[in-house]
Parts: sequence; structure tokens; C-alpha cells
Amino acid sequence: MTTVRTPEELGLLRQRLVDGRDPDQPRVSVCCGTGCRVNGSIDVIEAFRRELDGQRLNGDIGLVGTGCHGFCEKGPVVVLKPSGVFYQRVGVDDVPEIVAETMVNGAVIDRLTYTDPATDKKIVYERDVPFYQKQKRLVLDLNGDIDPTNIEDYIVFNGYAALSKALLQMKPEEVIEEVVHSGLRGRGGAGFPAGVKWRLCREAKGDVKYIICNADEGDPGAYMDRSIMEGNPHRVLEGMIIGAWAIGAHQGYVYIRNEYPLAVENLRIAIEQAGEYGFLGRNILGSGFDFSIQIRPGSGAFVCGEETALMASIEDRIGEPRPRPPYPAVSGLWGKPTNINNVETWANVPLVICRGAEWYSGIGTDKSKGTKIFSVVGNINNTGLVEVPMGATLSEVIYDIGGGIPGGKRCKAVQLGGPSGGCVPSEHFDVPIDYESLQKLGAIMGSGGMVVCDEDTCMVEFARFFMDFVQQESCGKCVPCRLGTRAMLEVLTRITQGQGKEGDIAYLEELGEQIGQSSLCGLGQTAPNPVLSTIRYFRDEYEAHILDSRCPSHVCKPLIQYSIDAEKCTGCGRCLRKCPAEAISGAKKEPHVIDQEKCIKCETCLEVCKFDAVVVE
Amino acid sequence: MDFQPIFDASEIDDLLNGKRDGENGSLMGVLEEVQARYHYLPKDALILISESMGVPLSQTYGVATFYNAFSLKPKGRHVINVCTGTACMVRGARKVLERISDRLGIQPGETTEDGQFTLETVNCLGACALGPVVVADGAYSGEMTGARAEELLRQVMAEVETA
Repeated sequence: MTTVRTPEELGLLRQRLVDGRDPDQPRVSVCCGTGCRVNGSIDVIEAFRRELDGQRLNGDIGLVGTGCHGFCEKGPVVVLKPSGVFYQRVGVDDVPEIVAETMVNGAVIDRLTYTDPATDKKIVYERDVPFYQKQKRLVLDLNGDIDPTNIEDYIVFNGYAALSKALLQMKPEEVIEEVVHSGLRGRGGAGFPAGVKWRLCREAKGDVKYIICNADEGDPGAYMDRSIMEGNPHRVLEGMIIGAWAIGAHQGYVYIRNEYPLAVENLRIAIEQAGEYGFLGRNILGSGFDFSIQIRPGSGAFVCGEETALMASIEDRIGEPRPRPPYPAVSGLWGKPTNINNVETWANVPLVICRGAEWYSGIGTDKSKGTKIFSVVGNINNTGLVEVPMGATLSEVIYDIGGGIPGGKRCKAVQLGGPSGGCVPSEHFDVPIDYESLQKLGAIMGSGGMVVCDEDTCMVEFARFFMDFVQQESCGKCVPCRLGTRAMLEVLTRITQGQGKEGDIAYLEELGEQIGQSSLCGLGQTAPNPVLSTIRYFRDEYEAHILDSRCPSHVCKPLIQYSIDAEKCTGCGRCLRKCPAEAISGAKKEPHVIDQEKCIKCETCLEVCKFDAVVVE
Repeated sequence: MDFQPIFDASEIDDLLNGKRDGENGSLMGVLEEVQARYHYLPKDALILISESMGVPLSQTYGVATFYNAFSLKPKGRHVINVCTGTACMVRGARKVLERISDRLGIQPGETTEDGQFTLETVNCLGACALGPVVVADGAYSGEMTGARAEELLRQVMAEVETA
């Protein structure tokens, strides 16, 4: 165990670690983030370990299991360093060949390389993969290099240098001013300037203050924060310690979603190691500053992403929000001044301190600085984590990085900001991604969930899905949210069932506006957004459901029916045998027919037909 | 149901003894451990926890019913969890859920009468590249369709029969 007591000792330790490592030593980096794990990356890394041991290469070739590399679509992802050869969809059986051919002989294995779908060209090196090439990875930069469970990996890459600088060379007020000048805004959704929030908390009266890391990443389809914690937990801790120093807090909490077991585990290990090395605990780096961090697992309530509900949950109560003011900066956890930022915001802090506000504020747009990480998911070729400078356009993210829509389909919209956000239709994809521009379009930056919808997505059903979600997750404390979301859900459900009435759209708009204005917390205030924004851009789809009893995307079951195209049907009998409702009849080698009375619309026939003869109308 | 650990008051006592160090806010921590042990919160456990921690039962019950991670009902031997996060939804999770619900004859949140299956949904597992995702007894299956969900159920059911 190496306790670091002074900045000098930190410098010496880093030097010793750097000297002990040969940058040219061949290394295998296996992504062990949640996405790649599900695809079997743990078996892959074990296979590498066995193979390297068996070949007695373990002394010559390094092996590191890292956090999320971001290109989840192609997992398990393996990168060979220092050359940067990039292999995707690697299986256990490929491992001996990778070791023998690539690691030992230096030959590239063609079938494991990535093919760019746009050009059909094989790409050998990670740096040439378009998915990575067009990103600007500041927060995620180390995810492919470091073992998140080994603090020394982080120290090698200048880890905790920002902390050392803040604690020993800067006054708390100077740290705050630096963060203010950097223009860093909260990455959790609302975009409040982080430094201003810190200043409010620093200036609040009280001896005991707290800081909280909001890691209750609740928006479905968003997993940026999880990947930061899984891949580089020390950067989050370092940001928190700097923040605590600036504000004058001695206790911090990480409120983390329980559905993220790997992130919880890596964070737990990181806190332990940071304590052992002297970055947490008493007299950090000889500065006289004491600080410790506790993990609080959330228990699955979306509303706990709201700061006052989150604090209630840490206090062991039902996670109900309360009116603000007083803001947490004045009266937060246990009534003490408290500063809450989310994971990505904290992870940006070491960058700001280490490289300075001037450098940081040079990235991004006039009012939105730095980068933003998006999890680009849904109907997209390259599902994964994308970090781009603020001001990049949606089209760059979706087409240049995301690789466009699978199956040659048309992109209808992207949904940003989850259940609190709105959708942006494809005609606005040239808009720069910054807080203000997105708001003008009726969407929000949100925490970074970007769900891409192709032409087969019914926007009415999509809106109903979100309303169902917020209605279930509404805590029930205030009436507009509790009853209003229910009323909106009822109308939307009726519409998707073909029982919409004239006037429903106007009623939804009126309800939405009132719920937005009168709800207690952010959950209710933003709950109508997905509905209002789909009405704004896809009113024709609502009207088709209500006036013509038609679902243009063929999604809403009561509005569609299945039939068999007599010209395409060969009478093979496959659908007839598989239909669980016995709704299909027809003689062998004769066109079959679906009995609409019996049909339960389960789509089994559509799935099993080899001749595309089942038609949805 | 023999696969469910039998509620044992002394276990709860042990659990609580480790927590009585005046640590702020440990009720949820205790409930989480009990939930992890029994896969639900037995009524007697809630009473015991309230009494020994000096927390009103109404508050314990409130917390136990507010958060999705807690259940007051025992779960089946096999838990099938369908991710209904946005990314999975736009990739067809609804059809997958309907098919499983249809085949098991239960709605999400319910357990089959024989105690074999519990069907649940989760808001997002963050494995969006693989959507739609179904987790059967902790094992992830990605890129699910109605047909593949049926195949998965058949496999789990085959295990039930041979067990």
C-alpha cells in the first residue's frame, strides 16, 4: 500500500509508475463494460489469460480489462496496443489466433476487423473507425486504456493531478471561479452553471455541508453515467473531492442506481483505493482537508433523480420531492447546505482544473461549453456512447458517427432527454447540439439519451409509452402530476386503440400545458413534453389515428390487420401450423387466408413466412 | 416453495446487529439486504425491522412499497425480466413482452399459479445495443423477437421439467 501524503509524493509515485511501464509493450485491451459483458467479454478475457499463460507470454504481453469503449454495437471489442488494431465481435475461439497471428506475428486477421458499412472498406485501426474518428473524447478518453479497478492506471494518466493542484495551489474561491469561467453547465438535464451552484453552496451559512453525486441515471436508453463510473470511477471521485474542497464539505454521497451492479462495484473499489492512497480521508495530500464518500444505492424510483427526492431517499424516507426554495444549496440533506451534480458534471471537473478554464471554454459554443456524451440507441447502426463537442449537429451524431438507420429505412426523429424531453424530427437535424437550440425545438439536452426512431415508429404510441412511464413513476404527491398524467395517458391509450375523438389533441395540449405549469417538481413539469413535441411535429399521425382510424406506421394493433397476399403465398402451410389462434386456413399449395375474427395479431405468421406473403395494413 | 429461503427471524436479528452503530439512514440498506436474501420482504421481517430500529411500521411500509426494487410478494422460481426501456421499445420489446405474457398466462408483475415463473419489466438495463433484451434468471438474451422469446421460454421450461 502506498499512501500519498504530499503533492511531491504523488509526483514521485507517478514517475515510478510511468518508469515501470514500457509504452511499447504489447497489450491487449478487452472491453468489459456492461454491453460487452453481455456479449461474452468476460469469457474472452479469461481465454486471453489462459492463452498467454499457456504460451508463456504473460510476461511479454499485457492484458487489461477496461470499462466501456463505447462501441457497444460491435462487442466484445478488443484493441491491441500500441498498434491500435481493432477487433470486433471477438469470441473465445478467436483468441488463440489473435495471440499467435497478430500479437506474435503481427498479421491482421481480416474477419475480425470492422467493415465500414458506408464504404464497405475494411478498417484495421481503432483510430480510423468513423465511429471514433469524429468524436472528441475528453471525459471518456481513458476508458479504453485503464483498468478501472486499479488506481495506479489512473495515476499514470495524470490522475489526481487536478486534485493536487486545487488543494495545494488554489484557494477554494479560486477553484469556484475557475469552474464558473470554464462555462461548465450541469450535465443532468437542466444545464445550470456548475460554478454558480457551487458558489451558492459555499456562501450558504452552516458548518456542515454535503455534496452529492447524482448517479441515479433513470432515463431509459441513457447509460453515459454508468459507463463513466464503470470505466473511470476515479475521475468522478477526483471531481467530487475538488468540489468538496471548493464548497467546504467533508462528506459526500454517491446516489447510484441499483440496476448498475458493475458501476456500484467499480465505484466501491475506487473509493477504497482512493482511501488507501490518501486521496480520501484525513488531511488529503497534506492540505489539512478531510473528506469521505459513501455510496447510497437507489432502489428503483425514477423520481429520485430529482434532487429533493434524491435527498429524501438518502435520508431513508419515501423519495418525494418538496417545493423549492429553499434550494439544496441553502437547505439540503438533513437541512444542511448541499451541492448536487450528476456523474458527467463531476467527471468534467478534473479537466477544467488541470487544463484550465480558458482551454475548456474554447470547446463548444457560445453558451454551451465542453463536450457532451450521448448514448445513441434505438434504430441506429452504431449503438454506443458518443462524446462530441457542444455545437456538433444531430446529423453528425446520427449519420457520421452513428452510421445511420439499419435496413435502409428512413429516420423519422430522435428523442432527446427521455421522459422529460421531446423529439426532434429529421428536418431539423442540422441544428447544433446546445442547451438553447434544443430547447427552441421543444426538446432538451437532457442527460444524454438519444433514441433514434425509424419510419416504423408510431409517434402516438411512442408518446403513450413515455406517458405510461411517467404516470407509473409519478410519486403521487402533487395533484397535477398524479391525476394529470393519468388523464393524458387515458386519452393517448384511447387514441392508440382507435377510439380517439375529435378534440382530443386540443385537450392533450391544454392538459399538458397545465401539468407543466402547476406540478411540484421536474418530473411533472416536464412529463407532457414527449406528447407536446410529437403533437407539434407529427400532428398528422395523431389525426390519422383519430379521424381515419389508421396507424400510418402499422403499430397500433386495433388499427391494423394481417392478411395474406394470394400472389406471394405458396400454400406451404407453415403459418397455418404455427398460428396459435388457428386463424389460418387453406389447402396445401393453395393461397391461405387469415380469419380476422380469430386473429389475435400476434404476428407469428409474419415471422414464419418465408415468402413475405403476410401483409400488414 | 422449497426454493425460497424460509423466513428466519434470527437472520434479521444478525443483519440488524451489524447496523446498530448509529449510522444515519440504514433502513433502506436493511430492506435491500432482506430483499436480496428472500427475493421479497416478508411481513414479519418488516415488523421486526421497524421494532428493532425504532422506525414506525407505517414508514417502513411506505418505503417498502414506494421503491420498485422492493416486493411484498414472493417471486417464482424463475424470473423473466423484459427490458421495456425506450431503446428496446423502439426495437420491438412490446411484442416480446406480449408474447411472453401470453404464453405464461400472466401479466407483468405476476407469478404463475404453480410458483414457477414471475414476469417482470425493467425500465432500462443499459444494454441498448442488444435490444430488445430479456433476462431469464440473470442470463441476458439480446435481439429478441416473439419467436426467440418463445424459444427461450421453452428452454427454461425444459429445465423446470427435468429439475
